[in-house]
Parts: sequence; structure tokens; C-alpha cells
Amino acid sequence: MTRCLQYLFFLSVRIAVTLLLGLNIRRRELLPKEGPAIIVANHNSHLDTLVLMCLMPLSRIARVRPVAAADYFLRTRWLAFFSTRILGIIPIDRSGTARSRDPLAPCHEALARGEILILFPEGTRGQPEEMAALKKGVALLSAKAPEVPVVPVFTHGLGKALPKGSFLLVPFFCDIFVGAPIHWPGSRPDFMAQLNAAFRTLSHEKTFAPWE
Amino acid sequence: MSQMMTALQPLHLALLGIWGLLIAASLLVWALARSRPDKDYSELVQRTQSWWGMIAIFTAAFLLSRTLSIIVFALVSFLALKEYFSMIPTRRADRRVLFWAYLAIPVQYYWVADGWYGMFAVFIPVYMFLFLPFAMLLSQQTDGFLKAVGTLNWGLMLCVFAISHAAFLLVLPLPGAAEDGASGAGLLLFLVFLTQFNDVAQYTWGKLFGRHKIVPVVSPKKTWEGFLGGLATTTLLAVLVAPLVTPFGPLHAAIAGALIAAAGFIGDVTVSAVKRDLGVKDTGALIPGHGGIMDRIDSLTFTAPLFFHFTRYFYT
Repeated sequence: MTRCLQYLFFLSVRIAVTLLLGLNIRRRELLPKEGPAIIVANHNSHLDTLVLMCLMPLSRIARVRPVAAADYFLRTRWLAFFSTRILGIIPIDRSGTARSRDPLAPCHEALARGEILILFPEGTRGQPEEMAALKKGVALLSAKAPEVPVVPVFTHGLGKALPKGSFLLVPFFCDIFVGAPIHWPGSRPDFMAQLNAAFRTLSHEKTFAPWE
Repeated sequence: MSQMMTALQPLHLALLGIWGLLIAASLLVWALARSRPDKDYSELVQRTQSWWGMIAIFTAAFLLSRTLSIIVFALVSFLALKEYFSMIPTRRADRRVLFWAYLAIPVQYYWVADGWYGMFAVFIPVYMFLFLPFAMLLSQQTDGFLKAVGTLNWGLMLCVFAISHAAFLLVLPLPGAAEDGASGAGLLLFLVFLTQFNDVAQYTWGKLFGRHKIVPVVSPKKTWEGFLGGLATTTLLAVLVAPLVTPFGPLHAAIAGALIAAAGFIGDVTVSAVKRDLGVKDTGALIPGHGGIMDRIDSLTFTAPLFFHFTRYFYT
């Protein structure tokens, strides 16, 4: 039942994204076809998750799991149902109070099941179309699963279409730049340096129209 | 019924002619790519494939219903405006105003479907023109106000107002036109076909004989040889096909053809100037081999309103 709802939901999202936004994807072939894999992207808008999930085949949608903050996405019963059953998020406790358990444990388990994780290492949507410093959570994940490819994806335009705090969707074309997969280089600073460099390159691939 | 059939036939013939031309062009491209395997023709091949898609959509809408054809033009306007807004500098504070500008599209095409010429002709240049700056000042952000309102209105005029003239040909009342096979649909086909044909003709003449540049700073590939060659070919073709689908006699057909060729050229270089200003090569990546939708309809933004008023002045 929820499978069916999920399928219908993402089918309508796909149609809406194609019509209202329109994606211009560079190097789509670099996206992982099979899990386990980690997709890391910059975060500007609620649309980010939906659009990234649209890049995956509809038949695999249940195996694609966005990693999201439990305090935000499980606020109410309905939102929790939608987040966990339809979007299929992996809720993460970011309060840091329950130290007894590794907060990333559900992510490790999902990777072990061969699923594809979507992560936003900036942690929050932040200022539209500006990148904040990357957090180290993704390095912790990669260190524990060094064989899993980490694919950087840079998106532009979604923060213009639906920025944080707005409910009015204004159509804009969206650019998506997929980077080459990164494999665990052996140390956390090296990993973060590679990831930062990948996003720097991807975000400079095109000059975007100014948005003051 | 039989009257309708006879009225429709020339249009079908014209569509068949377009498909014939497309097939011939595709065979030519295929033969060219085969005979010279050392050269890279992938863009030309992609371009031809995209033509198939565009002509298929246009033909289907055309044959199915008038309303559907109007909706297709509304969609073209929407895609073009979206491309324009994605390409130009915009202000964060104007998101809501851009939304209002998008809403003008269904309204404008409703006037088209309704055949309400008076409203169609003033809605964007008068009402939207006055409303958008008002909506914009509500955010009380005066930095860059003039530039923002100027670019917004220009985009709306070009992508929506100008293009909607092509669609209005469909509902244009033509007294006594039914007997000679002419119809609004025929005029639209004439306009769109000749505009696109002229693009290809100018490109081909320029590629073959182009020497003397016209506006090298704006568009280095545009030459007098290409322009005049295109103009002559398009005018000649206009005279040949006009009896089939339009009420034009030979003189008016020649004027319409020359008008389309000249205006098409100006529309093309105008969008080139915009792209150069913004530092982009293509307006987008929607149509493989062509670029964005604005790259494809740039000439139509100029030919549609001019051809429309030419026809309306002399034939209604």
C-alpha cells in the first residue's frame, strides 16, 4: 500500500519537476545505478531531496534513502508518516544527547543492505544558492564503509525556485552537475579535502546568473 | 462535411510537403555523415533528430485541435520565459513578481483562445506593464529596481506577447478565405515554416558563400551572403506556397516572405546580443543540437507580430 503511494508520489513529482523546473543534467552516467552508494549534494531547498530522487529510476525509488534530521522531519505524526514511508528518509538524531548509540548507525545498516544514501553535508539548507562548510558525518560513514563510492552532486537553481522559508514555487531551470565518485582515501582530512575540491570544481563549471 | 474536407486538404498537403522536406534533409545529413566518416557531424545529426521531434509535436497539435495548438504555443512561451528568467540576473526580492509574470501566460493565451483581439493586444503592453512595477515596489527594495523591472517587461514582451501573435493567427477571422483554401491554421503554418526555413537557408547560404560580416561583434557568423541568399530563397518559397494555404496574391506573398526573412534575421541577432551581454553561448539545453528554446524561437519573436499585423491590416 505505502509502496504504491510512494510510486504514485514520485511519479507526480517527476512530472511536476519536468514541467515546472526542467533539469539540465551533466554526466548523468556517473550516478550510481546500484547500491551501496552515497550521494552527497549541496542543500538549498526542500526540492533538493525530491529532485535528486527523481534522478534515480522509479523502480529503485524504495532503495534510495535521504538522510534527514529527526527533530525536523518527525515533528508531527503526519509528517513522520510522509517522511519515513513516502520519502523513505533515514531519520538522524542530531541533538547529541543519546550518546549510548552511534547516531549514524541506521545509515551503516542501510549501506549494509545495499541502499543508496542521499546526504547533505552542509547540515542545513542555509542561505539560498550559497554553500556552507561541509560537516564531517559523511567522512565517518565513508571510513566505516571504504568500498562504498561517494558521488558528489552540485545543484543550482532549486534555491531560487523554492528557498528556505518560502511556500511559493517559482519556476527556474535547474542545473545538476554530477562529479566522479570519491573513494575513501584513508584519512578524514584527505577525504574532506577531496570532497571540498570536488564541490569547488563542480560549482565553477558554469557561470550562473547573479541572484542578489 | 465535404466542404470541410476540401477546405482542409491544402493544409494537409502543406504538412506533407514539410515532412517530405524533413525526410530529404535527414537523408542528406545521413549521406554526408557516411561519406565523410573522418568529420564530426554529431551536432548536425542531433539537430536533425530534434527537428523530427519538434515537427512531430507541431503536426500532432495542428491536426488534433485548435485549442491544443494554442496550448502548445502557451507552453513554448512558458519554457522560453523560464529560460529567460533562469539566464538573466534577478533579485531575490522579486520572486513573487516573477510568479505574476508567469501567470500572465495562461491569461494571455486565454484571450487568444477566446478570440478577444482588443484584450489580447493590450493585456501585456498596458496592464502587465503597469502592474509589474507596482508589484515590484511592494518589497520596498529600490536597489536595481529599474534594471529589474526593465528586464522583466522585456522578457514578457518577447517570450509571451510576441509569440502569442503566432497563436492568434489561428483565430483570426478571414472574410471569404474559406473558398480559396486559406485559413488561420494555414497562415500559422506559413509563418512558422518560413521562419524556420529562413533560419536554415541563411545558415546554409552563409556556410557556403559567407564572406562579408554584418554585425561581427554581436554574431560573427552572420554574413551578407547568408542573409541575402536566405532572403531570396525564402521570398521565392513564400510566393510558391502562398496559394496553397494563404489568401495572398504573388505580390503580397513576396512581401510577406521578405518580411519574415528580414525580421527573422533581426530577431536572431537580437537574442545573440542578449546572450553576448550575459556571457552565455546558448540560452539553455532543452533541444539537443539547437541549444535552448530561445535559440530556436528567437526569429519567431520578431516575425510573428510583424507577419500578424501585415495580414491583419490587409486581410481582415
